[in-house]
Amino acid sequence: MNREQTISAAIIGLLFGAGIAGLVLDQPFILTLAAKAAIFAIAGVGLNLALGYGGLVSFGHAAFFGIGGYAAGILAWHARNFEPLATWPFDIAGTTSMPVTWLVAVVAAMLVALPMGALSLRTGGVYFIMITLAFAQMLYYFALTWPAYGGEDGLSFYLRNDFPGIATSDPWTFFMVCLAVLLAVMALSALLIRSRFGLALEMSRQNPQRLASSGIRPFTVRLSAFVVSAMITALAGALYADLNRFVSPAMLAWSMSGEIMVFVILGGTARLAGPVAGACLFILLEQVLGGLFEFWQVFLGVVLILVVLFARGGLMGLAAGRRSAHG
Amino acid sequence: MSATLFLEQVLNGLQFGMTLFLISAGLTLIFGVMGLINLAHGSLFMAGAFACAAVANATGSFFAGLAASIAAAAIAGALVERLVIRRLYDRDHLDQVIATFALILIFSEGTRWLFGSFPLYLDVPPALSGSVALPGGITYPLYRLAIIAAGLAVAAGLFFLVNRTRLGMRIRAGETDREMIAALGVDIGRLYTVVFALGAALAGLAGAMIGPIQSVQVGMGEPVLILAFVVIVIGGIGSIGGALVAALLVGLTDTLGRVMLPQAFAAFMEPSAANAVGSSIASMLIYIVMALILVVKPTGLFGAKA
Repeated sequence: MNREQTISAAIIGLLFGAGIAGLVLDQPFILTLAAKAAIFAIAGVGLNLALGYGGLVSFGHAAFFGIGGYAAGILAWHARNFEPLATWPFDIAGTTSMPVTWLVAVVAAMLVALPMGALSLRTGGVYFIMITLAFAQMLYYFALTWPAYGGEDGLSFYLRNDFPGIATSDPWTFFMVCLAVLLAVMALSALLIRSRFGLALEMSRQNPQRLASSGIRPFTVRLSAFVVSAMITALAGALYADLNRFVSPAMLAWSMSGEIMVFVILGGTARLAGPVAGACLFILLEQVLGGLFEFWQVFLGVVLILVVLFARGGLMGLAAGRRSAHG
Repeated sequence: MSATLFLEQVLNGLQFGMTLFLISAGLTLIFGVMGLINLAHGSLFMAGAFACAAVANATGSFFAGLAASIAAAAIAGALVERLVIRRLYDRDHLDQVIATFALILIFSEGTRWLFGSFPLYLDVPPALSGSVALPGGITYPLYRLAIIAAGLAVAAGLFFLVNRTRLGMRIRAGETDREMIAALGVDIGRLYTVVFALGAALAGLAGAMIGPIQSVQVGMGEPVLILAFVVIVIGGIGSIGGALVAALLVGLTDTLGRVMLPQAFAAFMEPSAANAVGSSIASMLIYIVMALILVVKPTGLFGAKA
């Protein structure tokens, strides 16, 4: 293992260790925090694919986080209230099965990300940042004003969704589910980056003309990265809804897009474990500083500025040194 | 809908558009000259509103508050530019987004720390209170007319400043070729601080003007910031004229959409559903307009460079 891989394994180990500590000390609170960190890390791993590896600065990933959340929330709400989701053309019932809600979340995100990405990728630079923000804002206001699923108040569903053969209401078990999903999406991400597609994505960021001249359309590569990135973030959203047993338009708010971006930047862009490190640090800062001082986000702001100005590779950059394989 | 009501809504839309222009003008100027995307612009808007409310409540004079808001925002802007922003000019947009997002956190939570979470209230100054009768049988609040007038005055002032003065010449030259004007002996660092402070002062002025209409509270800057981004993206980033056109377009679209869409849907739906669908689409309308414009013209209506 090279240095970055060792450090990545250590970060995952720390997160797992936090879960073990919660289990041994019988502190469900710690387990919930660890699960939250894992879920934020999944969202970050998703965004990292577009933002870090593809150089596509999406300021609208809260849209996919929220879509995933609402997919899980709406299906659970229908199932718990015994109201069919649709009665035409045939009866569709809600569900409380986690794998089904994940599937719906991922497919829904794909269906939104395809047109959203295709339209946004017509622009570039600042315009891309702003148009992705605008699309996310559309969904945010839609969720805020559409009364069917709680509107501004959000949607509660009291019981966490089920996973076949597992008691998900137990905080330890749920944490393990989140950790397993995190490892799975990191593996997927690593596979993609090492594949031909990953190399093409890297080239589309560094030199799109050269990629085009080798017979691959940069647009297709970028759009694929954007869509896969959205699908991973939606999975995180579905888990987040299950963690809180609650979804609200806040999951779609622009500040959520900013926070997912912060996880990636704090940890280090285009690093496999960067978002994990970033999400863990974010939760840690929130708990430690937030306990000391009500207005802890002032210090989060200062830390972020220092990272951007003086530690450009984020935590992973500080710990693992300069990037070796991918520039 | 009666013609009077329609005209009233058009005036509301103009007033909203002019407020957006005050904020967007600074934002687009800063982007045009320095190539910086500044998310903290909404925080300067908030800083202006708080300075105005604090000074107006202490002295009893709204106009003293107005002056304080411009000064406070300009000073805050110059400070932030010297400490943080100037290190970001040659960074990519991602770094700029994150660093200025961090500035929002500092400004918002810092203001909450200083002033508390409760909103402050600002009264319409006595000289501008009351309504005036306009031709066509409309009575309209004088204060809102004053906002429209202030927006027009700022637009005229900016066009004069940019096109007719030495500072404006330098600003335009800085947009085109910063190395060249630095070589000609212009202190580019100071020019950037001045431009940033000018943009901040406009945002502060907008915050103070909007204070008596809304409540002055933490978080008031962000919705406005996003709308300002919509405006400068539609107008073409860096174009002040584009910002003016786009601000009015956004102001009118949003205001009229909220009034007319529910009524339009009521023509073929039952009232409660029409209201839900209409207001839902109305709240998304400007983002839909923005997306459509960017799809047709990827650099905005008046944007030359990508």
